[in-house]
Amino acid sequence: MRVRNILATRWGIIIVGSIIGILASLLQKMGNPGNMGICVACFERDIAGTLGLHRAAVVQYMRPEIIGFVLGALAAALIFKEFRPRSGSAPIVRFILGVFAMIGALVFLGCPWRALLRLAGGDLNAILGLAGLGFGIWIGTLFLKGGYNLGRAETTYPSVGLLLPLVMLGFLALALIYPQVSGEPASGVLFYSTKGPGAMHAPLIVSLIVGLVVGVLAQQSRFCTMGAIRDLILFRQTHLFGGIVALLVVAGITNLALGQFHPGFTGQPVAHNLHIWNFAGMALAGLAFALAGGCPGRQLFLAGEGDGDAAIFVLGMIVGAAFAHNFGLASSPSGLGPHGMAAVFTGLVVCLFIGFTMRKKLA
Amino acid sequence: MSSTVDARGLSCPQPVILTLNRIKELGKGAIEVLVDTDTSRENVSRAATSKGWEIKDIRPEGTGYRLILVKN
Repeated sequence: MRVRNILATRWGIIIVGSIIGILASLLQKMGNPGNMGICVACFERDIAGTLGLHRAAVVQYMRPEIIGFVLGALAAALIFKEFRPRSGSAPIVRFILGVFAMIGALVFLGCPWRALLRLAGGDLNAILGLAGLGFGIWIGTLFLKGGYNLGRAETTYPSVGLLLPLVMLGFLALALIYPQVSGEPASGVLFYSTKGPGAMHAPLIVSLIVGLVVGVLAQQSRFCTMGAIRDLILFRQTHLFGGIVALLVVAGITNLALGQFHPGFTGQPVAHNLHIWNFAGMALAGLAFALAGGCPGRQLFLAGEGDGDAAIFVLGMIVGAAFAHNFGLASSPSGLGPHGMAAVFTGLVVCLFIGFTMRKKLA
Repeated sequence: MSSTVDARGLSCPQPVILTLNRIKELGKGAIEVLVDTDTSRENVSRAATSKGWEIKDIRPEGTGYRLILVKN
């Protein structure tokens, strides 16, 4: 055991949040979509698209950032002897929570990371999203106070913890075997967007390296956007909160410097201004994250350090993205999907069912 | 050891909730906390310290750690 993990200190998490803020703004500068330098939900949705799990033509790309997050976290966990293969804490529940977390995030159009980055780019609609996120997490803390928990995981084979990292390596191999061909909607088994957000991306190698760096830093610092808000509400603890404030402020400053800051409610990239649904979508996502114990980014880092239950949540999100686009649940800049409202209500009912019925006294 | 919190296998934030509940229950004394990840070790330490408890000992146990929290 190391005497001290610098990145897990107060200044450590602030530095990590700042670095993520800078890197996200730079990724946008280098080609990623507007106010989407990094978005875990959007990027997993793009991965679902490139695999053909949904066929929304504008959001199909094998995002190397996601692959890097998992592999970077794995590398950090192995180097610092923190790799702990574990699984068995209500996997099916985590899958379902992942599905509805993604559906909620795609009604808003972004995960908590992107909500912060949208605000840092001047998109004031993100305020509604962040308020909804806080509201959903607050509901989650009420369940936690009432004894909600998903039970214990068990230590298991190292190979169990390696499966999601191996899946990510497989995704990377597919992207290298079937690289994007300019102007073509497909390459081998993969689909590629020729226009829309899916067609906008930084060079593969840059995205992958940034992903790896963030994966290492976030695994070591335990960076978590949901945890930041949850700990503030539940324990009055500001430790993780420092990280998301740093991300917001530093990304904002970087955007100003790069000419990427455009304040307003209208004309924002990959966003709509239906305030109620920005709030409600993120409330659903926030509740699902709180019940699952981590924001989508954190779930990737946990999966990298061997948490098989977090890996199931990730797969749930990817499948949720497929449902969101196949069933017309996801929003677009022109507004809600035809069944977006029904999906949010369904998701809230499911999350409440999970929250109310899964409580047990732990010795 | 009079009081043990077994937080092994539990994911965030359960180890902290269980520890804080026990701290509230006892007010002072000694608590042994078993965790199995470094994150839980850090989080439990941080929470206990913030409540004025001292981390008297942390040692590896099995695949995790055993923490001894003390308040006089």
